[in-house]
Amino acid sequence: MTLEIVGISVLWLFLFGYIIVASIDFGAGFFSAYSEIANKKHVIHQVIQRYLSPVWEVTNVFLVFFFVGMVGFFPKTAYYYGTILLVPASISIILLAIRGSYYAFSTYGIKDNKWYMFLYGMTGVFIPASLSIVLTISEGGFVRIHHGEPTLLYKQLFVSPFTWSVVLLSLTSVLYISANFLTYYANAAGDERARDLLRRYALVWSGPTILSALVIIYQLNHHNVEHYTKMMDVSWMLVVSFLFFILSLYLLIKKRYFGWSFVSLVMQYAFAFYAYGISHYPYLLYPYLTIYDSFTNKTMAIALVIAFIAGLFLLIPSLFLLLKLFLFDKKYVKGQI
Amino acid sequence: MYDPVLFSRILTELTLTFHIIYATIGVGVPLMIAIAQWVGIRKNDEHYILLARRWTRGFVITVAVGVVTGTAIGLQLSLLWPNFMNLAGQVISLPLFMETFAFFFEAIFLGIYLYTWDRFNDPKKHFLLLIPVAIGSSASALFITIVNAFMNTPQGFELKNGMITNIQPLVAMFTPAMPTKVAHVLTTAYMTSAFVLASIAAFHLLKGNRHPYHKKALHLTVKAALIFSLATIVVGDLSGKFLAKYQPEKLAAAEWHFETSTHAPLVLFGTLDEKNDVKNAIKIPSALSILAHNQPSAEVTGLNDIPKEEQPPLYIHYLFDLMVLIGIWLTVIAALYWAGMKKRLAFTMKKSFLMQLVFSGPLAMLAIEIGWYFTEVGRQPWILRGYMKTAEAATKSAHVDTLLVVFSLLYLVLGVASVVVLTKMFRNNPVERELEERGLNQGGVSS
Repeated sequence: MTLEIVGISVLWLFLFGYIIVASIDFGAGFFSAYSEIANKKHVIHQVIQRYLSPVWEVTNVFLVFFFVGMVGFFPKTAYYYGTILLVPASISIILLAIRGSYYAFSTYGIKDNKWYMFLYGMTGVFIPASLSIVLTISEGGFVRIHHGEPTLLYKQLFVSPFTWSVVLLSLTSVLYISANFLTYYANAAGDERARDLLRRYALVWSGPTILSALVIIYQLNHHNVEHYTKMMDVSWMLVVSFLFFILSLYLLIKKRYFGWSFVSLVMQYAFAFYAYGISHYPYLLYPYLTIYDSFTNKTMAIALVIAFIAGLFLLIPSLFLLLKLFLFDKKYVKGQI
Repeated sequence: MYDPVLFSRILTELTLTFHIIYATIGVGVPLMIAIAQWVGIRKNDEHYILLARRWTRGFVITVAVGVVTGTAIGLQLSLLWPNFMNLAGQVISLPLFMETFAFFFEAIFLGIYLYTWDRFNDPKKHFLLLIPVAIGSSASALFITIVNAFMNTPQGFELKNGMITNIQPLVAMFTPAMPTKVAHVLTTAYMTSAFVLASIAAFHLLKGNRHPYHKKALHLTVKAALIFSLATIVVGDLSGKFLAKYQPEKLAAAEWHFETSTHAPLVLFGTLDEKNDVKNAIKIPSALSILAHNQPSAEVTGLNDIPKEEQPPLYIHYLFDLMVLIGIWLTVIAALYWAGMKKRLAFTMKKSFLMQLVFSGPLAMLAIEIGWYFTEVGRQPWILRGYMKTAEAATKSAHVDTLLVVFSLLYLVLGVASVVVLTKMFRNNPVERELEERGLNQGGVSS
């Protein structure tokens, strides 16, 4: 295993972590805002707030970790993506800012400002949409290099059906992942009404996620044949992913083992995400940038890997403590402390 | 004519100007909370515990904005300065990477600390959770400042034909600028946070609220502020010596010292005429030589020895003087308060003096801003001193001007909202009421 692959694997893992925890967070925000408008606030608001409050900051760090690590391991991405993403990433920053400030302002300060609540709920769908653009761009076809200067072709990006299917998948996934997790959480909290409502949301969004995923695979064949062909080489992973989807859905329908339903959902996404990632190899940006020509030097890579391992020794116990106190503590989940 | 370099500079300046307020509070306040909670536990005095609780509540708001603006600057480094990150990323990404770990660590424990106030029977256990928060936030400052120090005195690599070779990540981290810069950032963050909290206490006392809670708060914060101010003076002196040796052009421009000479005077304020002669200034003979090398007869490099195109703008002289002046003024105020309390003199509770204490927080924050302008502008025209100029580093993309407007609006909204939320939060829940709810309105000492 080369250092390049170690580097990208670590980053891919963190991106996956971000996708899961952020989806829960984004979707929760959306459901929270939606329930406010649909007058169902009393049903699910409590459960969502109890889960979100202690962990919101942690979610953001996953993202920061990903892009800082990216620039660390693959400094050329700073040049290519930095230049191309000026506008899209700035939009994401602003949306993240609205979201981040909402937490603090509403949870600890201003209570129940409907307008802000609405904005916050909307960021839950706009942030994933704006971030998913990066994956779309990485497929190539939306960047022109002129005298060594990359520019983003906004028009092509905007009218491409591929862009919109990725956006669609990101939105449906956010809502599905989040509803599934919160069903488990509400169940653990012993709040049956919230559980049943959230379970219904999860069921509603399960079909659209899998459909939009299929649409993307179909469109990839037209947009980037090379990637599509390589993805078909690991098609067994997609099959496994689909089986986990069925299992997760089955448990949800049967109203049993909500925890396991969520675990298989994570597996479903992991297999799909890694199938996508592995077949994307070695490109970071089709066809200009691979993990090899953008890689930092060996010394720095080793230093980063060492720092990463040392960091994990610090983080894993701390994360475990956080989960133990808030996620797996029956009394806390049930609202008794 | 659209100039992406100019707009990139303004946007970065704006983001940092805004971020540094929250970052400074983020680094300093956890330490102050820890001190208050510790004193409270030791003295078994609920007033200090409540102090820690209330500071924590306010702190959360500032952390949230700090996270948001920190993410913004983290991304903007690559978005606005892609060429710089492409080059520097190969050498200095290690501390950037470590900073995310430090912040991760801080975020996790802050979350735990916030939601476990009454969950432990032994208050010391809860206090222990704060230690990782304080360590994490100071470590974040350490790592980020290491990157900034690298920009001032880069080392640990070789640049040949645009290719970077022979990279030593640790050498790049421990640059000559690093010790003084890190020490300066940390001590001033602690000092500023202490003064900001002192301002709040002084404000209540000035309004005529003589509750012992506020008196204890003022006493604790000003004492801490005095200690950190004295530390800052020592570090500031060392920083001057560092500059003289490794970045003489910055010191020379800060001091309007043009001719290399011995017995160099310290120039305070003043103006320059067209021949670059200093007018209307207060000059302290040999003081610059002492600042630079601890000897009145020492030789200090003048600006005329630096190539014209590598000289920083001369207006940094005012920034430097203002920063130092505010620092000294604040130290004097804190020392007067301390002496007054020691000798039980009445002036410490006089309105005019309390007024000075009210202003101390904003002034300290102003000095932080001015100090950063000084050091950043003082590095110009370089972004990576000796290797890359700021103009070469910036993006060539369109729309930076539009983004500047959008981000200005964002920061305005965030700034106003955070102030409104903070005031509301404390006004709706005054100290007296909270003490009453906790059944402790009398002595403050509970068993």
